[in-house]
Amino acid sequence: MRNRVSAAKRRVMFGVVAAVGLLATGCARQTFPQDPLHPEGPWADKIDRLWRIVFVPAAIIFFLVMFLVVYVAIRYRARSDDDAPVQTHGNIKLELTWTIIPFVLLLVIGVLTVQTVFEINTLPKKNVMPVTVTGHQWWWEFRYPTLGITTANELHIPTNKNINVTITSADVIHSFWPTELAGKVDAIPGRMNHLTLEAVHPGTYDGQCAEYCGLSHANMRLRVVAHSPSDFAAWARNQQKPATIPTGTSDEAVGAGLFKSKGCSGCHTINGYSAGQVGPNLTHLETRKVFAGAIFPLDDQHLTRWLRNPPAEKPMMPQNGLGMPNLKLTDQEIASLIAFLQTLH
Amino acid sequence: MATVLEPTTTDTDDVTPAAEPLLVRRPRSSTGFWSWFTTIDHKRIGVLYGITSFAFFLIGGFEALLIRLQLAQPNGRILSADAYNQVFTMHGTTMIFLVVMPLSAAFFNFIMPIQIGARDVAFPRLNAFSYWTFLLGALFINSSFIFGGAPNGGWFGYAPNTSITFSPGHNIDYWVFGLLFLGISSTVGAVNFITTILNLRAPGMTMFRMPAFTWMTLVSAFLLLFALPVITVALFLLMFDRLFGANFFNVAAGGNPLLWQHLFWLFGHPEVYILILPAMGIVSEVLPVFARKPLFGYPVVIVSGIAIGFMGWGVWVHHMFATGLGPVAISAFSISTMLIAVPTGVKIFNWIATMWGGSIRFRTAMLFAMGFVAMFTIGGLSGVTHAVSPHDRQQTDTYYVVAHFHYVLFGGALFGIMSGIYYWYPKVFGRMLDEKLGKAHFWTWLIGFNLTFGPMHFVGLAGMPRRIYTYSDGMGWNVYNMIETVGAFVIAFSVIIFLVNVYRTHRGPLGAPADPWDARTLEWSIQSPVPPYNFAEVPTVQSLDDWWHRKYTEDDRGRLVKLPEQPEPEALVDPSSVHMPSPSFFPLVASLGLPVIGYGMIYRAWFVAIIGAVITLSGLYAWAMEPSTEPHDEHDGGHGGHASPEPSAPEAPALAAAAPEGGDADG
Repeated sequence: MRNRVSAAKRRVMFGVVAAVGLLATGCARQTFPQDPLHPEGPWADKIDRLWRIVFVPAAIIFFLVMFLVVYVAIRYRARSDDDAPVQTHGNIKLELTWTIIPFVLLLVIGVLTVQTVFEINTLPKKNVMPVTVTGHQWWWEFRYPTLGITTANELHIPTNKNINVTITSADVIHSFWPTELAGKVDAIPGRMNHLTLEAVHPGTYDGQCAEYCGLSHANMRLRVVAHSPSDFAAWARNQQKPATIPTGTSDEAVGAGLFKSKGCSGCHTINGYSAGQVGPNLTHLETRKVFAGAIFPLDDQHLTRWLRNPPAEKPMMPQNGLGMPNLKLTDQEIASLIAFLQTLH
Repeated sequence: MATVLEPTTTDTDDVTPAAEPLLVRRPRSSTGFWSWFTTIDHKRIGVLYGITSFAFFLIGGFEALLIRLQLAQPNGRILSADAYNQVFTMHGTTMIFLVVMPLSAAFFNFIMPIQIGARDVAFPRLNAFSYWTFLLGALFINSSFIFGGAPNGGWFGYAPNTSITFSPGHNIDYWVFGLLFLGISSTVGAVNFITTILNLRAPGMTMFRMPAFTWMTLVSAFLLLFALPVITVALFLLMFDRLFGANFFNVAAGGNPLLWQHLFWLFGHPEVYILILPAMGIVSEVLPVFARKPLFGYPVVIVSGIAIGFMGWGVWVHHMFATGLGPVAISAFSISTMLIAVPTGVKIFNWIATMWGGSIRFRTAMLFAMGFVAMFTIGGLSGVTHAVSPHDRQQTDTYYVVAHFHYVLFGGALFGIMSGIYYWYPKVFGRMLDEKLGKAHFWTWLIGFNLTFGPMHFVGLAGMPRRIYTYSDGMGWNVYNMIETVGAFVIAFSVIIFLVNVYRTHRGPLGAPADPWDARTLEWSIQSPVPPYNFAEVPTVQSLDDWWHRKYTEDDRGRLVKLPEQPEPEALVDPSSVHMPSPSFFPLVASLGLPVIGYGMIYRAWFVAIIGAVITLSGLYAWAMEPSTEPHDEHDGGHGGHASPEPSAPEAPALAAAAPEGGDADG
């Protein structure tokens, strides 16, 4: 009965295991701009530490079961039609063993999990800055209650500070996910959820809405831009200034007029000029690098296409009041508006 | 249709109808095309369930290919955002409600009654109603593609995105009413299966002599019975919000969107076990047969299944770890979710121990069952990582979760169901599927499956969210997505192999032996295909795996010893004297009213809805008034003389009539 497994078969088995291993490790080499397994701050790191612990027993059990299935298949294949295998009906000791060992293992993982749950749900009291995040279909609004700043799609933060984020939504459920800085938390209308994040190094960290929020869910991205404390202070000082509205007969001034006459001001706030509450605050639009849910770079070309027909650039439903409508602007009007927008530093 | 069953009775011309017909003459025929519309034979209904849900599998699979084509490369242009959202919603809804659930129901229907030695389910007409309601509900949801747009709120339909404000079209209405109808179908099915298992077991078949598949049928049916009311409530609330301006989920009016999530997942998590337990039951049948050893630790496997059934109610919040519930709730549900892995792990190791020391025959059914054990393990392990709730906030709503539940529902449920199809095909159709094609099917299926869903683990952990119709270049996701799309087409190729196999098998002759696999349970003791009455004589059960122990015994070292062939026992019962319940129009009539109600409600044509309600109620009334078996179908003895139907004895088929102990089983 007890044939030894041939060398050829062992080589095949080794090949399978090695291929799986290579695939798993090979993938970690690549760089991903939005990589939850690459924590860039202590709050994301607490989560990642737990993952690295859990991964080990999970990988061991994976290889164990795969090995057993393959081993059983080879070792116990029928060799003739009249085999008479011993009829084992069960073995209570064995069964208890593979009940108790996973139970204990999971208990250990459970204790570590609960510890981490409480750790990441404890709001820090020192070295903090509050920010309120509001999800909109399909863009993000960021308010700094202590600084009196409102901006969109790009969350600017100082490094090495606990950012206490309060998360809510203006319409449907979204999920705020700054991947490398913290795990996601849902933005739910009528609820204030909390999340703490901190970036160690200055840089730009990509994120994205993670809860299906209707038509343009895929186009609801975000950026967290971390500055050194002094750079952040400079950024904040600039953001606190109201806009300077051009006057006279210049292109910029014509654009400023169009901003009101075409109805842009009904939806967009420009501090010191308009107070619309539906769309993103544009007071310092030109300090941002992206727009429209952080999907387009902020430049002439993209702004022009956007103003010509927004729903064609990004799926929206203006007929239902969701997203920016096509204002049917002429090329000249678009050029003037962009000239005006470019003054918003 | 594929099978031609013998007529139940032969005396069609010698009796005048005793009870006056209700509007129409009761259908008598149990053969021919039209008899499929009135059949109440659990086997034919099982076949209808199987074929219908396989057709929806092809539709859901086509939707999956569209998704994969769209995502094969960044900035895909195959589908618009709106079309993509409809397709992914319908892919999920179809695969769960129109494929895996009814495919399991096909096995419950066909196999379970035979496994317990019954002649039919407890309520045969209710069974037919269950099927027609499923079919019409499924067609109803899919008709939305023609009438202005399919549901687009995801299979989970989160409020308030599904409210009238944010989803003003009728898309979501189709989803709400369709799921309500499917819920009716599954609930009455569950009642039927539970009653059947508890009441119609053959003499001697105690609960712990029931085959593992029957046990898992029972647990799934209980889960259905309790889970479906919860989603029904949720759907009613959403319907009232949408149609009548109620505010259950409207925050501005004090409603709470999280209420939807609690209700949905309180249904939705038991639903996962409703989908996987039947496949676990199938695998628990197949592994022992092809390893030629009994199921290792049968009581432990069964009790684990029951434990999973109970614990499945206490884990729903793990779908909501990112919703901002407090740390205490999150901790509690993390622990409960981890604990449910224990009975699941026990099952895996018991299955491996079943094969250990056996003599494994690699028939296609066995390959799929072993594939199940391996692939489901991967789904189970990634499931445990979700229970690690802090990290779940990194994983949830990413492709990692898509990978996880496809390893559970495809690597688990569909591998198990495929194993069951190859295993029971000869019993159902009297024909053996081709083994060569079957093996080609298995290997392409296994490879395609892993190519499609394996990379999703990596791309999810690389930050790719779910339910996005597009992604930009430079995220590092391109290669994985391309591999996944290639894999999806390998699966499609694999399905084609299977269809070719089925086609070729049905061009060949009948003639599968009664017991082609040398199997263990009662269904293999009767001929293939199964006659309408299943058992001419209801068997008396002596032990677990009764059929096996009539063929084999063990020597003093526990090794298998073949018993001498028993001579065919003298037939005590003339099969033509077995009474089966008569076919009926009315289950179909009662079902037909439901989509009419749906269309009437959606388009606010109230009179149409009322017409639909009248149709359904008339069907139910006529059904209640007709006897389960027409008096003129009676032979000698028993209930011959009833001039009017007994309202108190609704459906009393399966044990009736000519069983040796007499025909008084309809109490």
